[in-house]
Amino acid sequence: MTFFFQNLINALQWGSFYALIALGYSMVYGVLMLFNFAHGDIFMVGAYIGFGVATGLVALSSMGALALPHWLILVLTILISMFLTSFVGMIVERVGYRPLRDAPRASAAITGLMIGIILETGNLALLGAQRISFPALVQSTTYNLGGVFVTNKKIMIVLVSIALMYALHLFVRKTRWGMAMRAMAFDYVVVPLLGVPINNIARMTFAIGSALAAVAGIFFGVAYPVLDPYMGIIFGWKAFVAAILGGRGSILGACLAGFLLGFIEIFVAMIFPSTLRDFIAYSIILLILTFRPHGFFGEPYSARLRL
Amino acid sequence: MKKSWILIVSFLVVGLVFSPSAWCKSKTIKIGINAPMTGDIPKVGEGTKFAAQMWLEDINKAGGLKVGDKTYKVELVLEDNESKAESAVKAATKMIVEDEVLAIVGPQASKQAVPAGAVCNSYKTPMISPWSTNPDTTKDRPFVFRGCFLDPFQGPVLANFITQEFHFSKAAVLYDVASDYPKGLAEFFQEAWEKLHGAGSVVAYESFTTKDTDFSSQLTKIIRSGAEVLFTPQYYNEVALIVQQAHELGWNKPIVGSDSWGSAETVKLCGEDCYGLFFSTHYAAAGATGDTKAFIDRYNKTYGYVPDDVGALTWDSIRIVQTAIQNCGEITGKIEKDRQCVRDALAKIKEFDGITGKMTFTEEGDPLKCAVIVRISDKGEFEFYKSVCP
Repeated sequence: MTFFFQNLINALQWGSFYALIALGYSMVYGVLMLFNFAHGDIFMVGAYIGFGVATGLVALSSMGALALPHWLILVLTILISMFLTSFVGMIVERVGYRPLRDAPRASAAITGLMIGIILETGNLALLGAQRISFPALVQSTTYNLGGVFVTNKKIMIVLVSIALMYALHLFVRKTRWGMAMRAMAFDYVVVPLLGVPINNIARMTFAIGSALAAVAGIFFGVAYPVLDPYMGIIFGWKAFVAAILGGRGSILGACLAGFLLGFIEIFVAMIFPSTLRDFIAYSIILLILTFRPHGFFGEPYSARLRL
Repeated sequence: MKKSWILIVSFLVVGLVFSPSAWCKSKTIKIGINAPMTGDIPKVGEGTKFAAQMWLEDINKAGGLKVGDKTYKVELVLEDNESKAESAVKAATKMIVEDEVLAIVGPQASKQAVPAGAVCNSYKTPMISPWSTNPDTTKDRPFVFRGCFLDPFQGPVLANFITQEFHFSKAAVLYDVASDYPKGLAEFFQEAWEKLHGAGSVVAYESFTTKDTDFSSQLTKIIRSGAEVLFTPQYYNEVALIVQQAHELGWNKPIVGSDSWGSAETVKLCGEDCYGLFFSTHYAAAGATGDTKAFIDRYNKTYGYVPDDVGALTWDSIRIVQTAIQNCGEITGKIEKDRQCVRDALAKIKEFDGITGKMTFTEEGDPLKCAVIVRISDKGEFEFYKSVCP
């Protein structure tokens, strides 16, 4: 039984990353009807920005200029990185997607791939291929709950991720900006005629998605403190799978599918030989999609997408 | 449409005219370096490059490489293999065909050395891999050599060491199934361990694939299996993640590694979690004497850190190549003939006294040499623990 609960906790942490990143894919698709394939690399950029901010703050506080406790450094790192990474997202939108908004969808998808490669190789040129070790902002404490081992990091990652997802849900449901996003997802042609500034909404969508990716990046650095410039590729693919599985454009769907993906990966490795993990995990997902081609919360009509 | 064709063709022609290899036959000796400058293990590439540069400095100081009664200039051709198998093949082919190198040093990791070795062998170009311990690299390839011991040797060394040191009988293995080196070594370790403790004594044999960062489900299984020691023959970037996650999941028993741990990066990424752990390797920097110490001091002075095993092995390998070229007696300038001559000279070397120990070569082109067990000290240094000879 402890074995099961241990894996449950492992899966919750792992799923949080997928969910946070899948949200970015899903929101952009909901609003602009395009998949931002650079999103996995924005996650990577977020992690590196987080690394830069955290290192800077740690250096400042050790020099005595700012006497900050470690938890405050972490909070500040998250907030500043969210802010900075959202600009990366907005630049990607402005440079990569807006000029191509009326171009064929395939061109826009290719743009995403190219921007991804530019971000990866740009990082490589800037910082070199050296692995970077993320500063230990959270002193890891392990709690033994009757044979199940939980760290304070895991609890924080899962809780903060869920809180952020709920905040996003409230934003989209309860605010005027959220309403504008939903309206744009509903009808892309008529909404501008009603005076909704679609460029601003598109920019905002990218900013929010990137800010969430930055949080995922920092948490990734906290949990797996080795960063490399290509870390976003496979992660991006898998989160993209989660976004599709959840139903394109659905926030709730992306969250649930993200966690589900984490659960499937961890529990498949628990039951079967770990060599077959991804083989079996993604066969299961393929099966689910065969029976629910629009994902869990997606709607059959592409013009009417829920956000 | 027609215009763009003309444009493309003219570019190609211009490229052909100006490419140096098309016109001038070189009068210098070119040696290729096939190293992972970017990708998963850039530190390994850096160590390779630095060691090769130090060697070139020595050659240049002496005015060139003396072969027979003539002195030749030496040029190093460095190609990045991005730590990928297909790029290593591309790099080897380019150096052989385009740069016309006499011999190639590298690739380092078995994942690249095994496929690149096939290319070098089919083009009849001598290649020596300083660091690749997988038997397939040199097997049935008369043109491929290596500067280190093999996995079938390292597996039993570690199994014996753990048994004698800790008196354990149940072991777990965690390795990357998509990479030649960890996969090979995991199998050899399992074989050796089960020979010592009976079938089924490797109680957990878990794997993952390259680029994975979360090992929690594998480690949870390993912990439940009741294993007393974890063996993980991974590269430094994964070692840090595996060791830290194991500790976070409540594992407090020993973790043992192989020569791929012996990078200056391991401790930097892993931190205090790795202190007190053991691994087997080619040489230990702490407590070195003689030529080994001279090499370490010089490297440390030039590049600012103590060289890891890759640097030392590259140094030895490139000097083995130098010896072979000199034993050849004469460089004719006809590249095929010279390559054959260097290969024959390499195969004739029976004993070599390197900074990573004395080695004798077998028929396959593999050296027999001693392995070193290193303990990561409480200051994060690689400490010599004991030496194990074949």
